[in-house]
Amino acid sequence: MTKLICIVCPKGCHLEIDESFNVTGNFCKRGEVYAKNEVTNPTRTVTSTVKLNSKILKMLPVRTDKPIAKSKMFDVMEELKKVEVNAPVNSGDIIISNILGTNINIIATRTIKE
Amino acid sequence: MLNYDLVIIGGGSAGIASAIGAYDNGLRSILVLEKEAYLGGILNQCIHNGFGLHLFNEELSGPEYAERFANELIKRNIEYRLETMVLKINKDLTMVCSSVNGCEIIKAKAIICATGCTERTRGAIATQGDRPSGVMTAGLAQRYLNIEGYLVGKKVFILGSGDIGLIMARRMTLEGAKVLGVAELMPYSNGLSRNIVQCLQDFNIPLYLSHTVKRIIGKNRLEKIVICEVDNKNNFVLNTEKEFEVDTLLLSVGLIPNNPLLANLGVKMHPRTKGPIVDDNYETSVPGIFACGNGLHVHDLVDFVTNEGIYVGKKVSEYIKNGKLASEKYVTIEAGNGISYVLPSKFAIDKGVAEIKFRVTKPHQKSHINVIYNGEILKSIKKQYLLPAEMEDIKFDISKLDCGNIVLEVIDD
Repeated sequence: MTKLICIVCPKGCHLEIDESFNVTGNFCKRGEVYAKNEVTNPTRTVTSTVKLNSKILKMLPVRTDKPIAKSKMFDVMEELKKVEVNAPVNSGDIIISNILGTNINIIATRTIKE
Repeated sequence: MLNYDLVIIGGGSAGIASAIGAYDNGLRSILVLEKEAYLGGILNQCIHNGFGLHLFNEELSGPEYAERFANELIKRNIEYRLETMVLKINKDLTMVCSSVNGCEIIKAKAIICATGCTERTRGAIATQGDRPSGVMTAGLAQRYLNIEGYLVGKKVFILGSGDIGLIMARRMTLEGAKVLGVAELMPYSNGLSRNIVQCLQDFNIPLYLSHTVKRIIGKNRLEKIVICEVDNKNNFVLNTEKEFEVDTLLLSVGLIPNNPLLANLGVKMHPRTKGPIVDDNYETSVPGIFACGNGLHVHDLVDFVTNEGIYVGKKVSEYIKNGKLASEKYVTIEAGNGISYVLPSKFAIDKGVAEIKFRVTKPHQKSHINVIYNGEILKSIKKQYLLPAEMEDIKFDISKLDCGNIVLEVIDD
């Protein structure tokens, strides 16, 4: 039996999951999925910034477009250090595709016109 | 002098939402004033995800959420001005504004104050010790890092378990800083549970509950802090000091609505929320001046700010169309046992249903929220848990009531 606090939404349900993956304490279905992932392959969305060449701003906010393995968070940060982006950029533009061979992309989360 | 039906002070999430609410209810003469060079307010530095879960069922970053609503504003051709700061509001609803055009007077039929909140500082909690550099609020460190691109320190301690502090613990760790711990004065965390998990536990950052910073030590730059356990009266407990060698202390010790404009005008302020006292239309004690968002009371989630802004925008457009909104008969709403504050402070009976937002003073397990009207229980709802960090709301029928007093209270089962 493992006790977890669900991080899917701000409610923060107190979950319990047993050896045969039965989940209790969740108020919605997403809590069940979260608990199963958390004990098998925990994932997180990584958000950060990369260098930006623009008239108004110095940093471009970015994130993984899907949650990535928790163990890869610091490797993602190392990859982001290598990147420099020139304006214009649109929110949603892919900044790094298939990062670390995970099939997950790094996308811009802000539109910079100039 | 420029004339508009509605001027909105602040182009953040509350200001944008109220402009959209007013426009979609038929108002056209609207101007939004924003002091920064871009719309979106504080969301622009909140690059973490989790915004928009309630409204879009998506986990957007702050800038993404801001951009969705800024685009809605632009799509409607609602006028806005950037790098424009309101210096003064007068009782006749004229405003003195400063911008690259110099000083201008703008007159409105109604004003919405959506001026957001500010962070409490070291002065507000009176921490003793030296005054070196390296002690700052968590939100300031967030701005330096996410907007300006500077990491403010390498060895960090955080005082206060508010969400911004927790978010910055993770953010600075990912950027290569070592976060040695978070101290929280209360015996429970003030942040969302999900942030305790994904910002502290994920990175093995210890959380010291019932602890605070006793002393700040450093000649030029911060060198060391001493934390200490506190008892239930917030007094230091003897021989519980722990020292941490750090170059940075971030403070995440609460937010206060930012209302110098309204305070100078003599608008009545709420002793608990520190924002203006408002009625059921979110109108302040000065006719024609409305408030919403974190400038009114600090919200937990931006989704709630957006909803409140849209509601207030709609009400203000009715106010402008009809010249007034006030009703004849009201019930007053008060915070009773275990309730920190209620908002709004009165509700018109002809609205039929009252919708009240409130916070509790301390955590509760199984309990009931009672709505008491002139001494009798009008409604009672069961709660599995209640936390001061989470704003609650309650709806109840007031159509059959006469003028009188409603008190909200929380009773443990």
